[in-house]
Amino acid sequence: MISKLDRTFAQLRQRGEKALIAYVMAGDPSLQETEQLVVELEQAGADIIELGVPFSDPIADGPVIQQAAERALRSGTSLRTIISMVARLRVRTQIPLVLMAYYNSIHAFGPERFCQEAAQAGVDGLIMPDMPPDEAGPLKGPAAAAGLPLIFLLAPTSTAERRTFVARQSQGFVYYVSLTGITGAKLLNLADVAKNVEKIRKVTHLPVAVGFGVATPEDAAKVAAIADGVIVGSAIVKQIEAHRQKPADGEACGRICPLIENCHASGSA
Amino acid sequence: MGSATATVAAMFGLQCEVYMGTEDMQRQALNVFRMRLLGATVTGVDAGSRTLKDAISEAMRDWTTNIRTTHYILGSVLGAHPYPMMIRDFQSIIGRETRRQILAAEGRLPDCLIACVGGGSNAIGLFHAFISGQEGENDRRRSRRHGVASGKHAARFAGGRPGVLQGTMTYLLQGDDGQVNLTHSVSAGLDYAAIGPEHSYLRDQGRAEYTSVTDDEAMAAFDLLAREEGIMPALESAHAVAHTIKVAPTMKKNQLLVVNLSGRGIRMSSRSPRCGGSRCDIEARPYLCTASSAR
Repeated sequence: MISKLDRTFAQLRQRGEKALIAYVMAGDPSLQETEQLVVELEQAGADIIELGVPFSDPIADGPVIQQAAERALRSGTSLRTIISMVARLRVRTQIPLVLMAYYNSIHAFGPERFCQEAAQAGVDGLIMPDMPPDEAGPLKGPAAAAGLPLIFLLAPTSTAERRTFVARQSQGFVYYVSLTGITGAKLLNLADVAKNVEKIRKVTHLPVAVGFGVATPEDAAKVAAIADGVIVGSAIVKQIEAHRQKPADGEACGRICPLIENCHASGSA
Repeated sequence: MGSATATVAAMFGLQCEVYMGTEDMQRQALNVFRMRLLGATVTGVDAGSRTLKDAISEAMRDWTTNIRTTHYILGSVLGAHPYPMMIRDFQSIIGRETRRQILAAEGRLPDCLIACVGGGSNAIGLFHAFISGQEGENDRRRSRRHGVASGKHAARFAGGRPGVLQGTMTYLLQGDDGQVNLTHSVSAGLDYAAIGPEHSYLRDQGRAEYTSVTDDEAMAAFDLLAREEGIMPALESAHAVAHTIKVAPTMKKNQLLVVNLSGRGIRMSSRSPRCGGSRCDIEARPYLCTASSAR
């Protein structure tokens, strides 16, 4: 089955462009604001939106996204309300929306019910930082039945055997974590990223998107020259929080969208 | 566990970084002092409940960042596979020695084993030698009498349901949408929202019973053991003693009961309710069986 992610990457490839994937924490500071932000991020040039599902114990995340999750939880955000927001968004935009969730949120919701309701609402993929494909058994059947792509992650430490295994299990794209560490770290080693993305390409035809540690438009441009997609997370979340602290500086998207526009312009160049 | 790691690191000249919730650093100030004396860096974690759960998350973040040069060490039977299994195997010395000692002393196996459970390392270490199934039906029946005591407010089986935290699927205290609840126990070692996955398995199989005692009951047991035996247990182990006080009168005179004192009272800080503001520096000796060097 051709998914919306497949179509988006194919269209970008035809135009010779790379995917700019913008991460925002759903519900930070409120779901109404996230909803508006998604529309504005698309207008600013994002190709895919990754919506973080807040979790109490985000072991893969650095301080910026940890704090965003705390704010989102304080505003009453849950997987259920995020799925409802996606359904509302589908009236306004068809941009691919991918959820990034720690598995316990999905486990508590019920894997089967989650896959059905998420796909029906218009969720186009699922990334789980704490769920390797080896353990994703309970999710694979329901996800396939609902047509919800499961996107798995590879790391700089992944072995050749692991690369082949994970890349073959992944759908939509392969998420390459650019560094050993957590989101928002400043440890980008481009030579290392280039080498590993090449190795992943040898074992899959799927697009490879690179995330973690992409902090500036310059970083995004350099990563886009290597991979099929660039994921920008903490840098955007930080801007959202800065805007919240000083709303006088502009509109909801006022300070984030230039970052996206710059990233997009750099990435397409 | 931090002290044991700091000791090993000092002996082999390795760098040692210990993550600890700031709440626990206060509760175990003397332990922090000892680790620092041994040359370890003790980093306070101020996130969430500022206890074990958040310290584990922060240690895992450090580990993933420095994975090429760093080995992660966890004191309890928690975390992703193979950690719960590795830690159980390391701790199983407790059960092997208990088995040997009780056979030497009494010529038969105990009818009941009691230990406290936070993550559950001392308990699984004690139980493992008795539930390996080598002795067939007889042993399995016996193992049903393994009792476990945890803090009332951190009782995972009573209030929890299966969930995934820090790479482990096990019973977990959580809200409706899977957010992990904050716990509260008077003892730092029992203040964790999940329990070692093998305990969940033993519980579901009906091979061990899990219950809870209140903070007050644990403190009363602490007093009683100190007064009657001159032994000052860790507050964690005082929970096991409190449950023993409930169980023992229901048993026959000739039955054997083993309670595991897994930690020493020295780990308490001057904030502990039973220290009255003065330093606690008495080390408890093992009571009916071996003590673990777990924490």
